[in-house]
Amino acid sequence: MSAQSEKINWYEWIFTTDHKRIGVMYLIGSIAAFGVAGIMAILIRIEQSSLGPTLAADGLTAGQQYNQWLYFHGAAMILAFLIPGLTGFAANYFLPLMIGAADVAFPRINALSVWLFWCGIIVALLGFVIPDGPDIMWTGYPPYSILSGGNTAFYVFTVHLLGFASILGAVNFLVTVIYMRAPGMGWNQLNLFVWSTVTAFVIQLVFVPVLAAAVTMLLFDKYLGTHFFDPSAGGDVLLYQNLFWFYSHPAVYVILLPALGILYEVVATFSKNKVFNYKVCVYGGMWGVVLISGEVWVHHLYVSGMPNWIRIGQMISTLLISLPVGLLAISLFGTLYKGAITFELPMKYAVSCLFLFLVGGLTGIPLAITALDLHLSETSFIHAHFHYIMGIFATFSVFAAVYYWFPKMTGKMYDDKWGTIGFWLNFVGVNVTFLPLFKIGVEGMPRRYWNYEMYPQFETWHFVAMLGAILVAAGMIITVLNWIMSAYKGEPASDNPWNSKSLEWTHTVSPPGPGNFLKDVVVDKDWTPYDYRK
Amino acid sequence: MKKMLAALTGIALVVSSAIVMASETTDTIKDPAVVWEHLWTEVLIDLYIMGGIFGALAIYWLFKYRAKSPDAVGEGPTLTRAQRWSWAIVPCVLFLADDLYLGAMGWSAWNVYRTVPENAMEVKVTGSMWNWEFEYEDGTTSTYDVDGDEGEKGDGLVVPVGTPVVLRMTSTDVLHSFGITKYRVKEDVMPGRITYIWFYPKEEAESFVTCVEFCGANHARMYAPVKAIPQEQYDKWLVKRAKEEAEE
Repeated sequence: MSAQSEKINWYEWIFTTDHKRIGVMYLIGSIAAFGVAGIMAILIRIEQSSLGPTLAADGLTAGQQYNQWLYFHGAAMILAFLIPGLTGFAANYFLPLMIGAADVAFPRINALSVWLFWCGIIVALLGFVIPDGPDIMWTGYPPYSILSGGNTAFYVFTVHLLGFASILGAVNFLVTVIYMRAPGMGWNQLNLFVWSTVTAFVIQLVFVPVLAAAVTMLLFDKYLGTHFFDPSAGGDVLLYQNLFWFYSHPAVYVILLPALGILYEVVATFSKNKVFNYKVCVYGGMWGVVLISGEVWVHHLYVSGMPNWIRIGQMISTLLISLPVGLLAISLFGTLYKGAITFELPMKYAVSCLFLFLVGGLTGIPLAITALDLHLSETSFIHAHFHYIMGIFATFSVFAAVYYWFPKMTGKMYDDKWGTIGFWLNFVGVNVTFLPLFKIGVEGMPRRYWNYEMYPQFETWHFVAMLGAILVAAGMIITVLNWIMSAYKGEPASDNPWNSKSLEWTHTVSPPGPGNFLKDVVVDKDWTPYDYRK
Repeated sequence: MKKMLAALTGIALVVSSAIVMASETTDTIKDPAVVWEHLWTEVLIDLYIMGGIFGALAIYWLFKYRAKSPDAVGEGPTLTRAQRWSWAIVPCVLFLADDLYLGAMGWSAWNVYRTVPENAMEVKVTGSMWNWEFEYEDGTTSTYDVDGDEGEKGDGLVVPVGTPVVLRMTSTDVLHSFGITKYRVKEDVMPGRITYIWFYPKEEAESFVTCVEFCGANHARMYAPVKAIPQEQYDKWLVKRAKEEAEE
């Protein structure tokens, strides 16, 4: 990426074992997936913006293509953008730098995982080329996914590839953090981003195999004639949903935790302040989330016909998630207290994340309550809720990360003017899109509807939501173009433009070369990455 | 001061239990839709208070603690061990209290949702790609054809005003979900199992049941009207419908 090597050596990039280059490849792949899935989002908004078929000649075609868009949008955003963007790109590039390591523990396994990730994206994209692309939502519930004419195998193989990449990454990074911290660096001196990825990788390692098993059973049911999920032959329809959400709810925290981890870094740096109540944030907040994450999945099945007792039991466990998440929020908001706050572009994204976190987090509380969910489930309300907390919040934190570490990765400064324009378009756009969906959701607008002829009164709000989506599209294009242009032509940046105290800024150049640090990093026992008063 | 507080709490308890008892005596059947609205209002208040506290603090601090000079650094407090624990335990107790309060309210609302009144009328519901079929206790069926001509579409789900209705539901093919916004009820239907919900039509009204679990290309068009009509009209409708069916 440096100015000296204008000509890109493709061989070196593809066969690299350098964690930084692998991180960049994760970033490029996940942003590509984000772009395609984003186009799907725009098409979805346009289709819904008026009653009846908007982008197709007849209702059946409209329904079919709409379902394929929904499938790709959901699967790609979660599996190919958010999880790899946070744990693949951000953790890959910055975790070794933050702990003062020269690379990860298993560089070749790291390379294998990015290849698997790229293969997963290619398989997912092939779904558009084949004549019967998957139309089964990212959840792939049977019996529909088995009976559907769509090619469920592409869904299964995408999950396999991306899941395998995740497991390899998880093992690699856990070993790296355990064994390769700089001499002198204790567990209570780690960056919170490091802790957040450690906890996220623990969740991945425990739960991804369950998802892999579930989709494999789906594959066998559809193509090999087994009956795991077929009640007419002794199978159980609900089994799949339980297995799927046993992974996929914890997966939400695989996204939430590193997203919060990035925000702690950004907010601490631009407040020039230590993170409030570090130990409670780590051992109460992050590990608390890990502990509860596996006992709440039934809240995705509140209306699925599960036994009454478990719907009540997991209502309580779901509400209890507010304890560790509350602690995480107190540490995040508390870091502002008595800070010396400046509002550079990464901080703008971080501050907007505080708002998105509040809206998305709090609207989760009514959804946790089983009785309220009997009305709200499967409406636009739930759709808006998880877009706020998981979609937009996590996306904005990825953007905060890219802008925050842009000078480190490229040695150049991003264009602040265009970056700020992009930020405001994005922030205004997402709220114009999703706030109306809360309103019409409470009034009964069902999810995953290309048409809503029974509820014509919602047409105006759907039109408003589409306008918001167009703002976001403009903002995203400006943002990504800004990154590309600035990477080539930006003003040179210093090694530590934000005056951060974290190792990736203080102990190496921008961008760091092979081996990361010019000499071995040693930290003393009262060093912390947030010590601004010294 | 303490005595006054105790007295006030006592009075509040007596008054609130009297109100609860009074509202219970007016109608022996608790309507899930009413319970839902009540709980929703409580939760919204809860959300606005919590969001307000965090939001106001953030805005205030973002404004107040702006850097005064380029090389200013933060003055955030260094917590003692006792302060650290307090900042963990006190918020946790507060969150826990709120959770248990909401959980208790949610549980009693849930009991209303799952306890079917004894005088409830039963209707069998069958979902299939992509329509709903309703079968009444005497075997009469009704359905709705979304693309049918006006007058031939069918009547959908017709129920009498004043009688609780319990739906025993299943599916012939894939997952569907039976949701009526007006009555605040929803439950999936699936092959091989029977699920139930009940609702209480107290006044004449026309609303919709929509399919709310993804079920394929025509998922968005799998709906039917739900008509609550007076008992006499309902009786007439049922006889007429039975006659029509015999002719078909």
